[in-house]
Amino acid sequence: MLEVKDITMRFGGLTAVGGASLKVDKGRIVGLIGPNGAGKTTLFAIIAGFLDPTAGRVIFEGSDITPLPAHERAKLGIARTFQIVQPFAGLDVRENIAVGAYLRHARAAEAHAKAEAVARRVGLGGDLDKQASSLTVAGRKRLELARALATEPKLLLLDEVLAGLNPSEIRDIVPVIRAIRDEGVTILMIEHVMQAVMNLCDEVYVLAQGKMIAQGTPREVCVDPHVVEAYLGKGAADRLRAEEASHA
Amino acid sequence: MTRRGYLPILLVLAVLALLPFAVTSNVVLNFVVFVLIITLAAQGWNLLGGVGGQSSFGHAAFFGTGAYVSAILQVRFGINAWVATAVAVAAGAAVGWIIGFLSFRAGLRGSYFALVTLAFAEVLRILANAAGFTGGAAGLLMKLDVGFWNMQFTSRAAFLWLALGFVAVGLIVSQMIANSRFGAQLVAVRENEEAARALGVDVLSVKLKAITVSAALTAVAGCLYLQYFLYIDANIAYGLWISVEALLAPMVGGRGLVLGPIIGAFTLHGLGEASKLLAGRVPGIDLAAYGAVLILVVAFAPGGVLGLLRKLRFRSQPVAKTAEETA
Amino acid sequence: MYSLPIVAEAMLNGLLTGAVYALIALGLTLVYGVLHIINFAHGAFLTCAMFAVWLANTFLGLDPYLAILPLTLIFFAIGYAVQRFVIGPASHGDDGNILLITLGLSIVIENALLAGFRSDTRSLMTDYSFNVFEVGPLLISQARLFGFLGAVVVTGLLWLLLAATDTGKAIRAVAKEKLGARLVGINVSHVFAVTFGIGCATLAIAACLLMPTFYVNPRVGGAFVLVAFTIVVLGGMGSITGALIGGLFIGVVESLCGLFLGESLGQIGIFIIFILVLLFRPTGLFGARA
Repeated sequence: MLEVKDITMRFGGLTAVGGASLKVDKGRIVGLIGPNGAGKTTLFAIIAGFLDPTAGRVIFEGSDITPLPAHERAKLGIARTFQIVQPFAGLDVRENIAVGAYLRHARAAEAHAKAEAVARRVGLGGDLDKQASSLTVAGRKRLELARALATEPKLLLLDEVLAGLNPSEIRDIVPVIRAIRDEGVTILMIEHVMQAVMNLCDEVYVLAQGKMIAQGTPREVCVDPHVVEAYLGKGAADRLRAEEASHA
Repeated sequence: MTRRGYLPILLVLAVLALLPFAVTSNVVLNFVVFVLIITLAAQGWNLLGGVGGQSSFGHAAFFGTGAYVSAILQVRFGINAWVATAVAVAAGAAVGWIIGFLSFRAGLRGSYFALVTLAFAEVLRILANAAGFTGGAAGLLMKLDVGFWNMQFTSRAAFLWLALGFVAVGLIVSQMIANSRFGAQLVAVRENEEAARALGVDVLSVKLKAITVSAALTAVAGCLYLQYFLYIDANIAYGLWISVEALLAPMVGGRGLVLGPIIGAFTLHGLGEASKLLAGRVPGIDLAAYGAVLILVVAFAPGGVLGLLRKLRFRSQPVAKTAEETA
Repeated sequence: MYSLPIVAEAMLNGLLTGAVYALIALGLTLVYGVLHIINFAHGAFLTCAMFAVWLANTFLGLDPYLAILPLTLIFFAIGYAVQRFVIGPASHGDDGNILLITLGLSIVIENALLAGFRSDTRSLMTDYSFNVFEVGPLLISQARLFGFLGAVVVTGLLWLLLAATDTGKAIRAVAKEKLGARLVGINVSHVFAVTFGIGCATLAIAACLLMPTFYVNPRVGGAFVLVAFTIVVLGGMGSITGALIGGLFIGVVESLCGLFLGESLGQIGIFIIFILVLLFRPTGLFGARA
C-alpha cells in the first residue's frame, strides 16, 4: 500500500534521514522504532507531505505522491497524528473531530454525526461538548486519533500516540488501535512503548541515525545485534551475549 | 441544527428596522446609518480576522476600492448606481484575492500579514491621491440626484433600511459560513494550520476564499459610504481610519462571532458619542476613547462585549448553561 | 533630463534624512529583536517626543540639542513604564495582542495630542535653522548634517551598549532564549521594559535632531512609522547595522522618488519596497537577524 524509496532529507549540513526505505502492506500494523533523533518523525512528515524530501520517492497505492501537498495526500487517504498533540484549542471536541469529518462529508449534519460516531469509537463519547483545551493528556491523544480517523483514512500514521500515558491508559487504547486495523485501516506507527509494539505490530522497521538498520517481526528485531547496538551503544550486543554466556 | 444562530440575528434586525417608526430625529438616524456602514466593513474584517485569525490592518484597501470604482463608474461613465455598486463589490473582492494570493502564498502570518495589508492600503491611497481619473487630492464629488435608481434617498429612514438590508445579508452570510464546512475549516486554520493541513484542509484556498468574501463585504461598505455622503477622497476611502474601525468593532463586540461586528460598532460609537457629550467638542477625544477601549478589551475581555455577557449569564445561571449546550 | 548636481543633491539629502530614519528604526528593530513584537505605537511616541522638544524650546527656552540629555532620560522612563505596566500585563504574552495594544496606544496618544494641541503644525525657530555649509556646488544644511552625525553616533553607542555592557548582555540573552535567560536569574520583564525604554529614548534623540529642521503636529508620527517599518523589514528584523544601512537606503530612495515622480508619489517607492521585501525576502536584504 505504501512504499518509501530511498528517502534522504538534509537540513543544511545535517542529514536527518539518509536513504531510508520501507514498505507497508495493506491491512497490517507496522511499527517504526529507533532511538531518539533517529529521524522517525522527519520520515513521517515526508510521508504525510509536510516536508519535501531532498531525494527519494513516496509511493501510495501504486502511484508516486512525492510532489503532492499534505492536504491532497489526506484526500487520497493518508492521515497522521502529531507527536506533540495539536488540538484546535478554542473548539470543543465535536467541532475538533468534525474538521476531519468534513473532508468526506460536505454537509454539517453529516460531518457532526460522523464526528460523534468516531468520538464514541475512541472513547470520547462523553466529552463531545468539552473544550479541547480542557482535556487530559490521555484525552488529547484520543482526540488526535479521532480527528485523523474522521478523515476516513486508508493509511493511518500514528506518531507516539501512547507516549505520556500511564500503563492503564495504554491498556485501554491498545485494543482501540487493533480495532481500527480490523476495520480495514492500515497503520504505520512510531512508538517507544515496546510492550505495545510487541503486542500490536505485525512487522517492525528500525531507524537509527537516519538509516534503516533492521526489519522483521517484533521478536526478530529485538534480538538483532544492530538494533541492540543502536539503542545501547557500540559493542553492547557482544557484552550482552558474553554476559548471557557467563550466566549459562 | 442548520437553523442554529438565526434567532438573535432576526431580533437585532427587527429592532433596527423598526427604529425609524419610533425615532424621527435626523441626528439619531444619521448616527445609525453611519454605524451600519461601519458594521458592514467590520463584518468583512471579522470573517478574515475574527473567524480566520488573519488580522488585517489594511481593510481600507477594500473599502476604498469599492468606493472609488463605484464613484468612477457613476461620475465618469454615467453608469447606474446599482450596477456600479455590483461592479465595485466585485472589484473589491478581486483586490482582496490578489492581496491574499500574494501575501498568503508568501506565507505571511501574524504581524507580517498585518503590516503588508497596511502597506497595500497605503500604496492605493497614494495612487488615488495622485492619479487624475480618481480626482486626485480634490476627490470625487457625486451629483445629487435623488431617486431609487440612483441609490440616493432624501429620507434617512430609507437609507437606513438599505444599509440594514446589506447588513442583514452580511449577517446571514456570516451565519451560513459559521454553520458550514468552509467555516469549520477557516476556524481550524486560525487555531492550528499544521493540524488543519493534516486533516485535508487546503489552507491556502481556505484563506483566499475568506479574504475574497471579506473584501467583498467591506467593499459594500465603501459603496454605501459613497451613496450616503456623495463624496470621497483618498484619505477617506483608503485612510487608516476605516482599517482601524473595521478591526475595532469585531474586537470590541466579540471577535469571530456573527453578531460581534454590529454589537461592537454600536458599543464603540455609542461610547464615542458619550465621550463627546462629556468632554465637549474636543477633537480626537472620541478616538482616544476607542484606543483606550481596545486596550481594555484585549487586557480584560478578550471575548468582547458578547463574551462578557455570556460570562455574566453563565455565572448567574449555571443550570441553564448545560441545558443550552446539550440542546 | 536632470543634471548631475541636482541628482547628487537629492542623494545627499536622502542620506541626511535617511540617517534620522535609521535612528527612528533603531528603537523599533531593537524592540522587535528582543521582545519579538511590532510596536505600532512607535510613531506616536516619536510625535510625543517632538512635542516635548517643542514645549521645552517654547516655554523653557531650551535648545533642542541641549534637550537631548533630559528628554532621553524622561523617555526612557516613559518607555520602561509603558512596557512594564501596560503592554506586558495587558497582552497576556500573546504576540497578536501586543500588536493590537500598541495600535490602541498609538490611537490614544495621537488623539490625546490632537485634543491637547489641536491639529496645528508647529515648528522651532532657532538661529541656526537655515545655516548651510557650501561644498562645491552643493549646499548642506548644518542642522541636518548634525542630525546625520548624531544618528550615526547614537547607532554606534547603542551597538557598544549591546556588545560590551552587562545590560547589553542580558538583553541579548533574553533576545536569544527567553526561558534560558529566566533560568539563569535574569528578570525578563525588567529586561523587556529596559529594551522598550531604550527604544523610546532613541526616539527622544531623534526628535531633538529632527526638530530644528522639521515640524510637528499630532499626526506626524504616522508618516515616520511606516518608513521605519520598511527599514526594519529591509535591514532584517532585529539587526542594528541593518537598520542603519536600511535607513540610509530608504532615505535615498525616497529622495530620488520624490525628484523623479514628484512630491505626491514620492513615498510610494518605500511602500513598494516594503511589500516586495515582505513577500519575497522576509528575513531582510542585509543579512541575518541579530
